[in-house]
Amino acid sequence: MLTISRALVDEIIAHARRDHPDEACGVIAGPIGSDRPERFIPMLNAAMSPTFYEFDSGDLLRLYREMDDNDEDPIVIYHSHTATEAYPSRTDINLASEPGAHYVLVSTRDGAHEAGEVEFRSYRIIDSVVTEEEVRVVERYNQ
Amino acid sequence: MSIEVRIPTILRTYTNDERAVTAAGANVRALISDLESNHAGIAERLLENDEVRRFVNIYVNDEDIRFTGGLDTELSDGDTVVILPAVAGGC
Repeated sequence: MLTISRALVDEIIAHARRDHPDEACGVIAGPIGSDRPERFIPMLNAAMSPTFYEFDSGDLLRLYREMDDNDEDPIVIYHSHTATEAYPSRTDINLASEPGAHYVLVSTRDGAHEAGEVEFRSYRIIDSVVTEEEVRVVERYNQ
Repeated sequence: MSIEVRIPTILRTYTNDERAVTAAGANVRALISDLESNHAGIAERLLENDEVRRFVNIYVNDEDIRFTGGLDTELSDGDTVVILPAVAGGC
């Protein structure tokens, strides 16, 4: 199960809407081992594409160095689909390389980039096996 | 010659969960070959047809080797090598 604050859900949705029709992507980092997403880090989609996303390789190195320095893990790795459902594609599955992360997908299809509900779902992707998980949205985290 | 190589989570199965290992080599190709001799199977995850895999990034002292000569990028004692899988996908 992914437990995530309402404010972070809103940040992801706002980013996805802003970048539509291109795919938006980013990370939410949190303390190592905490499984608690805290620090929202929207990333540039270097592919600038409606069907593909990729972090720029220099940005990627800086991101991992920063998380290393802060004793953080990538707790959530998110991206948007802009014309299909919020379910991992074959490419998403093949390229998933953080077995400890929650892979969040949102969909801005069918006008959701402007109004209405944005589909928001979370998955574990381990050894190419996708398992959808419950998303629990909380106002704030209990200590 | 001793070069620190940072290993991403997904490849730590080859390094007994070590986050960093040391290896040697005059260039990245030789370094990977040295890594392979101690951590069998890791080269296959990094290379394809004698090239770095499309969705694997290798950095020498913070420079992506795609911009510095690829596998021929030269190494010196004390250099730091970071391996990171791309974060990418698509619908």
